[in-house]
Amino acid sequence: MSNTDGYVTEDGRTIGGVVMEMKNITLRFGGVTAIKDITFDIREGEIRAIIGPNGAGKSSMLNVVSGFYVPQEGEVFFRGEKRPPLKPFEVARQGIARTFQNIALFEGMSVLDNVMTGRLTQMKAGIVSQSIWRGKAEKEEVENREICERVIDFLEIQSIRKTPVSRLPYGLKKRVELARALASEPKLLLLDEPMAGMNVEEKEDMSRFILDVNDEFGTTIALIEHDMGVVMDLSDRVVVMDYGKKIGDGTPSEVRNNQAVIDAYLGVSHD
Amino acid sequence: MAQPTTDTKSMVSLPALLRKNAASFGSKAAFREKEFGIWQTWSWAKALDEAENFALGLIELGVEQGDFVAILGRNRPDLYIAMIAIQMVGATPVPQYQDSVAEEMEYVLAHCGAKFVIAGDQEQVDKILEIESKLPDFKQMIYLDGRGLRKYDHSKLHSFVSITENGKNSGSASKSTLNERESALTYESTCVMLYTSGTTGKPKGVVLSNANIIETSKTTCEFDDLKQSDEILAYLPMAWVGDFIFSVGQAMWSGFCVNCPESADTLSNDLREIGPTYYFAPPRVFEMQLTNVMIRMEDSGRFKKWLFDYFMEHARRVGADILDGKSVGFGSRLKYFLGELTVYGPLKNTLGFSKVRVGYTAGEAIGPEIFEFYRSLGINLKQLYGQTEASVFITQQPDGEVRGDTVGVPTPGVDVRIGDNGEVYYKSPGTFVEYYKNPESTADTKDPEGWVATGDAGFFEEDTGHLRIIDRAKDVAKMSDGSMFAPKYVENKLKFYPNILEAVVFGAGKERCVAFINIDLSAVGNWAERNNIAYSSYQELAGHPKVLEAIQSHVEEVNSSIAKDKMLAGCQIHRFLVLHKELDADDGELTRTRKVRRKIIADKFEDLINALYDGSSSIYTETEVTYEDGRKGKISATLQIKDATTNNVAAIAAQ
Repeated sequence: MSNTDGYVTEDGRTIGGVVMEMKNITLRFGGVTAIKDITFDIREGEIRAIIGPNGAGKSSMLNVVSGFYVPQEGEVFFRGEKRPPLKPFEVARQGIARTFQNIALFEGMSVLDNVMTGRLTQMKAGIVSQSIWRGKAEKEEVENREICERVIDFLEIQSIRKTPVSRLPYGLKKRVELARALASEPKLLLLDEPMAGMNVEEKEDMSRFILDVNDEFGTTIALIEHDMGVVMDLSDRVVVMDYGKKIGDGTPSEVRNNQAVIDAYLGVSHD
Repeated sequence: MAQPTTDTKSMVSLPALLRKNAASFGSKAAFREKEFGIWQTWSWAKALDEAENFALGLIELGVEQGDFVAILGRNRPDLYIAMIAIQMVGATPVPQYQDSVAEEMEYVLAHCGAKFVIAGDQEQVDKILEIESKLPDFKQMIYLDGRGLRKYDHSKLHSFVSITENGKNSGSASKSTLNERESALTYESTCVMLYTSGTTGKPKGVVLSNANIIETSKTTCEFDDLKQSDEILAYLPMAWVGDFIFSVGQAMWSGFCVNCPESADTLSNDLREIGPTYYFAPPRVFEMQLTNVMIRMEDSGRFKKWLFDYFMEHARRVGADILDGKSVGFGSRLKYFLGELTVYGPLKNTLGFSKVRVGYTAGEAIGPEIFEFYRSLGINLKQLYGQTEASVFITQQPDGEVRGDTVGVPTPGVDVRIGDNGEVYYKSPGTFVEYYKNPESTADTKDPEGWVATGDAGFFEEDTGHLRIIDRAKDVAKMSDGSMFAPKYVENKLKFYPNILEAVVFGAGKERCVAFINIDLSAVGNWAERNNIAYSSYQELAGHPKVLEAIQSHVEEVNSSIAKDKMLAGCQIHRFLVLHKELDADDGELTRTRKVRRKIIADKFEDLINALYDGSSSIYTETEVTYEDGRKGKISATLQIKDATTNNVAAIAAQ
């Protein structure tokens, strides 16, 4: 498969060319090498999973994708162009949004306000206009509120629109975080363990939302997840990491039959 | 009706009423729905415009006169408008319960041979696709919310918008067809078909004509003086006859606005935002709200709690009288006014009842405390009695004559008589045409003169003329001395006590009544905790002397309340016992909807009934129980039998 060719999945979705390419990435924290010489790509419109045992370097990898960490070696290509080191807001402006493994919401603010922060990069009104809430600021707020309300409707969180986030149960907070990420209308959505700590029902809901986001908005999604059932059902392609190295890459069924992956997960005898 | 285009004679169908409304107050709100956080409004003119376009779209789609079109989804303006559009093209809307599973829907859709389906969202579309192969008549489906449907095969699937769009662009041929079909509608043509839930056997399709719906809407709007300026919240299932009458019939007749909530979860918030003036809810909704209020008051600060208790106590004494316009002392009125400022007003506002002018509850008996709580706050909550076959209304309570234990006087235009066996019969303009494809049942229920048997037993109070419903007619029997035995009436009274979960009263053909009681584990357990009573199992708690004492006092209170009623005084409970196990649907003692299966219980616990009648003070019993995983086991217990004080009818009457 070349970088520009697309393909059609079994369930009829069209996957486009490569949007993001990681080439020979190595990331070190002092003497610790978190990621060792990893190469993989993410294609337009696909759901790409990164899996691996604890400490494999999955979250670090996602932070490299999001531009939060700058690798010591290797190159990141976004839409065919080499990406220089960027500030987080610059990454957001490129159309990349993320959620966090440990929920990072503004606890004291309402759900709606939290979701509205997802629109901040799009707001252009100046500080004066914002503070007296006249003219451009007012118009912007109305436009952005409408986008947020569509996301709220999409994720079915209308009933908690005005509830402070601190009062919500864990599963809903995760959904609010997804809402905030979606509010920025991302092209590439990064989800760090979207289903960690959820019960079966919440997982089912979340899986449906992830599929719907991908289907409805054509958003490319890269996610880290521990629940193998979920990963295998959701994703189009899977990268498997272990001790900072890539040990497998391919469709869920290819990965499932990969001996290195089985060894990493089930252990291997040392005699 | 000042418009030249409309006269009373032509008001023979709902589409005609819609046209009248659009002509006389086109810019006023007909429907509202909260979407994307904002209440979106459909004016009457817009509603008519959409209905016309959708109707044209239906003609383009191939809907013929006499076709049935099923509607499944939550209450949304588009679906209400679609119902009118379906009538415009001469077809019949068949609204369905949106939470029914595919198999249940299969029977109904196959029974009426629905060719078209309008579904709310993907969930409903999936249900129909699942049973599609078993519906030979099914042709096309229209959906409202396209989310998740992108990849579906669209050969039989159309979006609501595309149908409306097709209608808008349709040629003059379709337009003249629509005109023809709409003017062919008469007072006798079918307006809607609603399936009754069917506690016995399969659901039956109740055919209601335009005359049924319009006549009923007309008289009941006049009865409660419903106006164009009224507001209602449409949240009860569209398949239920009440919603059709309130949100379609009465709304079309008087032109008030129907508000649809954003989602089921936001209901209480939407209720508060809209502040309906006309409101309906089944008793359990009022019960739930009251429990919520009480729990939150328990958690509030000491001063607020005191303020609430102080003024609620006053409201209980005079609130209902003030509402009924009776005279109360100046001091009481002043205190009530202070209460309104500090407690009643804010509470009503929180509940969304600030503006309620007319509220109804029906469906089952409402607990007197619950009923009085709302009335004492100044909410004009009333009761009505009705059924699908009557287009809802049989009796209702006029303002100022509201009581917890009656269901009111016959609705204007309705004749009610009591049969020899105590069964209630009625004849009204709203009486249904027939059960669809079921002439035997139609003949069983409706006699040639038009009297319909309700299946409920009741009587008219001599002094007030109010109807009181006592029981299902088939459960009512005679005791050995010939007095009336109405078990459910007594059971309901018992069940109004939070401590009592279930009660079964026996006494048909006997001299005296006896009862089985089931305690409510959460309520009694809570009470035990507060009073330092230790217990290890349900059985132990149920047999605790203090619990028995409490239950005995409840039974005796019920006895004295029954004794005041000449006709039913014989139903006082002489002896009772508290059962050692909860009655359970798994053991076949209750139906899945938690209705008592009298006969099965009587057979199973025959030894206990015998002991209640033979005068013994305790009895040892063994009962087989089924655990949730299907295994069976035995529990044994020695049950105490208690005597309850009964009241002499004559003595009461003499007082």
